[in-house]
Amino acid sequence: MLSIKNLHASIEGTPILKGINLQVNAGEVHAIMGPNGSGKSTLASVLAGREEYEVTQGEVIFQGKDLLELSPEDRAREGVFLAFQYPIEIPGVSTTNFLRTALNQIREYRGQEPLDAVKFLSLMKEKMALVEIDQKLLSRSLNEGFSGGEKKRNEIFQMAMLEPKLSILDETDSGLDIDALRIVSNGVNKLKSPSTATIVVTHYQRLLDYIVPDVVHVLYQGRIVKSGSKELALELEQKGYDWIKEEVDTAKATA
Amino acid sequence: MSKDNQLLEDLTSKEYEHGWSVNYEADEAPAGLNEGIIRWISSKKEEPKWLLEWRLKAFATWQSMAEPSWANVNYPKIDLQALKYYSAPKQSKKPKNLNEVDPELIAIYERLGISLNEQKRLQGIAVDAVLDSVSVATTFKDTLSKLGIVFCSFSEAVKEHPELIKKYLGSVVPIQDNYYAALNSAVFSDGSFCYIPKGVRCPMELSTYFRINAANTGQFERTLIVAEESSYVSYLEGCTAPQRDENQLHAAVVEIYAAAHAEVKYSTVQNWYPGDNEGRGGIYNFVTKRGICAGDYSKISWTQVETGSAVTWKYPSCILKGDHSVGEFYSVAVTNNYQQADTGTKMIHIGKNTKSRIVSKGISAGKSQNSYRGQVQVMKRALHARNFSQCDSLLMGNACGAHTFPYIDIANPTAKVEHEATTSKIGEDQIFYCNQRGIATEDAVALIVNGYAKEVLNQLPMEFAVEAQKLLALTLEGSVG
Repeated sequence: MLSIKNLHASIEGTPILKGINLQVNAGEVHAIMGPNGSGKSTLASVLAGREEYEVTQGEVIFQGKDLLELSPEDRAREGVFLAFQYPIEIPGVSTTNFLRTALNQIREYRGQEPLDAVKFLSLMKEKMALVEIDQKLLSRSLNEGFSGGEKKRNEIFQMAMLEPKLSILDETDSGLDIDALRIVSNGVNKLKSPSTATIVVTHYQRLLDYIVPDVVHVLYQGRIVKSGSKELALELEQKGYDWIKEEVDTAKATA
Repeated sequence: MSKDNQLLEDLTSKEYEHGWSVNYEADEAPAGLNEGIIRWISSKKEEPKWLLEWRLKAFATWQSMAEPSWANVNYPKIDLQALKYYSAPKQSKKPKNLNEVDPELIAIYERLGISLNEQKRLQGIAVDAVLDSVSVATTFKDTLSKLGIVFCSFSEAVKEHPELIKKYLGSVVPIQDNYYAALNSAVFSDGSFCYIPKGVRCPMELSTYFRINAANTGQFERTLIVAEESSYVSYLEGCTAPQRDENQLHAAVVEIYAAAHAEVKYSTVQNWYPGDNEGRGGIYNFVTKRGICAGDYSKISWTQVETGSAVTWKYPSCILKGDHSVGEFYSVAVTNNYQQADTGTKMIHIGKNTKSRIVSKGISAGKSQNSYRGQVQVMKRALHARNFSQCDSLLMGNACGAHTFPYIDIANPTAKVEHEATTSKIGEDQIFYCNQRGIATEDAVALIVNGYAKEVLNQLPMEFAVEAQKLLALTLEGSVG
């Protein structure tokens, strides 16, 4: 589904990603872990098409299309969804109104008729149950005055509504207490299907207790330096990132 | 950034949608402004002598006044002698109903998207359409007249209800009020008149569409709304104008009178030609709007969405004379390219326990300048007056300006006055967030701006709110940088 080859990206001239290679197939969950500043969130932003990041090398193929050639909105319409680490507030615009606009633009791109109000509302009802979100929250201004947990739950709700092919969860666990973490993870798990894929970007192992990855990658200094099964995450939890840093630094020194 | 620039190029090259004019045979006054012209207009309209005298008095007053210069706007001096002060479409005979109206005139409205026939049938709105100077057709008159409601062109009202016109004309905006009001009083050509009798709740929205058509014609409408005791009316005014290279002057006067327990809601969507991308052409919109809450417990509410005109100078105001009377002002003013707007309100608290509320949302883009100017005045005997003002500014890009000039003038210590102001910019983060959900940048801007202006748009009647939302988006197209 997603194939990243030798991806380099920089911000304001500073290289952050220095040759990422990653293959994600339908039905898979990939976790991307790594110490602070390793480039995890940059990778998520580059995939979503944030303009501040400049891709200097490499390619990203998403379902046979050159993802880097597409505008951010077209990437979304093709089925790439990013759950933001810090969801943005839009005063005066309700989640409902926001999602209706989004969903209908996506449908238009795909040559589908817009959903009428009745169908849209029944879709909303169905998805609301998935993430245990309250209707009242959805009629309030998007993310304005939401608690940390509400914001993240709202991100997963949006994901449920837009039914993406590839979901990228950027530090979705940050700022969540254990109950919210469970609810959010449950939502993500329920949305998993053999035809979709998920990339979970996280600093901590605990999210992976709930969303069990097929592959765990460790990102360090802009490269994936280690990939393994979900046990790798447990190992990282126990030993921290230092041993990986040492391995990489030693390899560099001997090279 | 290059993508944005491309977007900006693409969209700002769009021409003003309503920029066309129809060549109909006009019956018009020669250019120039003098006593003779005023007499000519008055006789053309077959006015009574008292009205001619009123006009002449206004003209004399105007001659002694100077053009105001305090507003935060810049424009070349207008040559008032070069303008024509009367222009009416020539008609062989006066229409009695819609079917008799010149089909070409009806076609103009249809191109504007306001088919009178359609409105009449479908929407239940009575429309008094003012094309240049003469009211073309008035619908729903029969339905209204059964309730004793008068809704007609100003000229007609002069003929059929002289006692009302005589009583209220100039009672809220006196001749000497300001330069443009005095000019309007001298040369006003037509407008709308609305009278709601005691205890009557007007069952439909009353609506006027103003349009300026002939070149070099100043349009000077006069609107007068009188709401008797315990009556209610909601009045809509919408404006569009065809494209012109030379600036056109528009100096209207609106007067509202509300007796005890009466409520008047006045909504405006103004979409006059704003000039081209280089700031050439466009309407000068110098308007005086004022209402008086004359009786106890009366209420006047102004809602305006200002998206057009090259220069706007407009302060819909309320004089809160009756005890417990309420004044409201809800405004969205959008400026793009080289547009300039200096708009706001005055709330004059005279009666006891009077309340006023001001919500102003300015949006500036391009190289435009957007100013809020408001005055809250609490007079000595206005015990326990209350005011709440909120003035927000939203900036788009780095070349525009937003200004706030609040004046607060309190002569009674029991008054409670609150003023809140914010300034914000549409963030790239917000746009990216929308993009990431599949929403294109232009639609993202529309969504964000409509969210920002929601509190004001909510005040508009439903069908107007939809139009206003579209206008906001249209005005701001291509302004994201």
